Amino acid sequence: MIGGYVARRILALIPTLFFASLIVFFTIRLIPGSVIDLMLSQNDGSASGLPRAQLEAALGLDQPIYIQYFRWLGSLLLHGNLGNSLWTGTPVMDEVVHRLPVTFELGAMALVISLSIGVPIGVYTALRQNTIGDYIFRTVSILALAIPGFWIGTLVAVLPALWWGWSPPISYVSLLQDPVAHLVQLLIPALILAMASSALIMRLTRTMMLEVLRQDYIRTAYAKGLPVRTIMARHALRNALIPVITLIGLLAPLLFGGTIIMEQIFAIPGMGLLLLEAVGNRDYPMITGVFLITGIAVIIINLLVDLSYGWFDPKVRTR
Amino acid sequence: MTEITYRSKPSGTQLMRKLSSFRSFVVRLFRENPLGAIGAVVCLIFLFAAIFADLLAPYGFNQIMPSNRTKPPSWQFWFGTDHLGRDIFSRVLYGARLSIIIALAASMLATIISVVIGIITGYLGGKIDMIAQRFVDAWMSFPDIVILIVVVAVVGPGMLQIILVLGCLYGVAGSRIIRSAVLSVREQSFIHAAQSIGGSNTRVIWRHILPNIMPPIIVLFTMRVGAVILVEAALSFLGLGVPPPTPTWGGMLTGSARNYMYLAPWMAIAPGICLTIVVFSVNMFGDALRDLLDPRMSGTR
Repeated sequence: MIGGYVARRILALIPTLFFASLIVFFTIRLIPGSVIDLMLSQNDGSASGLPRAQLEAALGLDQPIYIQYFRWLGSLLLHGNLGNSLWTGTPVMDEVVHRLPVTFELGAMALVISLSIGVPIGVYTALRQNTIGDYIFRTVSILALAIPGFWIGTLVAVLPALWWGWSPPISYVSLLQDPVAHLVQLLIPALILAMASSALIMRLTRTMMLEVLRQDYIRTAYAKGLPVRTIMARHALRNALIPVITLIGLLAPLLFGGTIIMEQIFAIPGMGLLLLEAVGNRDYPMITGVFLITGIAVIIINLLVDLSYGWFDPKVRTR
Repeated sequence: MTEITYRSKPSGTQLMRKLSSFRSFVVRLFRENPLGAIGAVVCLIFLFAAIFADLLAPYGFNQIMPSNRTKPPSWQFWFGTDHLGRDIFSRVLYGARLSIIIALAASMLATIISVVIGIITGYLGGKIDMIAQRFVDAWMSFPDIVILIVVVAVVGPGMLQIILVLGCLYGVAGSRIIRSAVLSVREQSFIHAAQSIGGSNTRVIWRHILPNIMPPIIVLFTMRVGAVILVEAALSFLGLGVPPPTPTWGGMLTGSARNYMYLAPWMAIAPGICLTIVVFSVNMFGDALRDLLDPRMSGTR
């Protein structure tokens, strides 16, 4: 049964991935003014020296667009090849695979933080609905959604330096060099990232708890004299958290987007910084590669979320 | 068979009724959701400030006063001056104008796109819907900011580009909400009745579906405004928004300004606080609007 569910979900992924590849390919290419014109007009290091025709041939741009697409897709699927960087000449795939773990780590850290803040507060506010505490947390959550992460990041970079002469480290330490320093370094951006997502998780947890607490089976559980703790943990929270799991999938692109800004502020060499560097250098194969891999990463995270959903909620499996 | 007139032009009394229903809506907003009402008032204040920036700003947004570099906030310069000697208060006002123009235009475009896609996929259903939904899935897998960075990298920064890209970006994403609203209206008996007396698809959509999905449309629009302001600011912060010397709230926190923030920390304060207040107010108002107009949608955010 569960195998069938997994297989169905993976099959349903194929059209989504196909559309994702179309979006990536055509966003870069169908925009007015060809890449070549831009490269020649920019006259940056990568394009200078090469004549136009040679450059077009090198990028495969002398072929009709659908052939270009299938060629690109073919070399991606068969060889895992996303082309080479125009700037450094290294394969895009290597660079992306090298940078992905840092971004993933930052996002995962933010997710863990926001779950451990959002869920307990969400439960608290649902149990104390319409009290002062509920109002305060709800207002704070809307505020947390309104504060731009990049502003807090800027303040964290500036104010402590003024007040205590301390500023967040800007030279990156990898996990292998010094695990503790590495985690401390990622902690500040992860906390800032978690601000908005914990507010979202809190609000959804609250709404879902309120809905579940109104159900008959909760009244039955009270009536048969179960301790409140058991009712909450085993009956209420378990059901209320199922939509929260779905929210994790929806948060994935949000966190990915947020890491780009955090990486820029705190000089963390992840996918975001790679993308911004590529944009600065007009390194189109690199931009395409980062764009595609981000989308695929989010799609895979959503697949995992859906599969775990089937695990938590037996009803889903049979649908 | 005589043509049935569904609705005449709004006559004088109807206009009066509309006005009084608007007034009762405002009263309800203030009574049931004071925070939302405050949000609406703050939004109006910022809108006012943006429209009359020319009159309100004491200095030009790009007026450089070399003798007044990095001055702290004072009576002369309410929010202080920046590293080039420009009045931050004036720049914030002009920044508000830009933010609000982009936010309203992009949200409007996004809402129109959402409604068109949402109605086509929701009302017609079938294969088109199935394919469109996979496309929306794929589209929503890309982080907003990544799509924006990539598109701006290719077309170059500028206000029009940003409005168009943000409009398409949120338009596709929001179509899901409109689609689900259409789906729930479509199966109601008055729609079947309209179809069975031979109403064409266009007529049913225009006369019956659209009026009934107005609440989610309005709520969607309001919520988009806050999101667009934030993401536009983030884009400017990354140096990919409307290019300088045009003042943008995000742009004021980035670039060479960052090197001077240790000397003049007030440079980092005003744009961030304005962003927070505006987005907070829009969200508060949006929440209140949702609770009043469309209780079904509560908890979706």
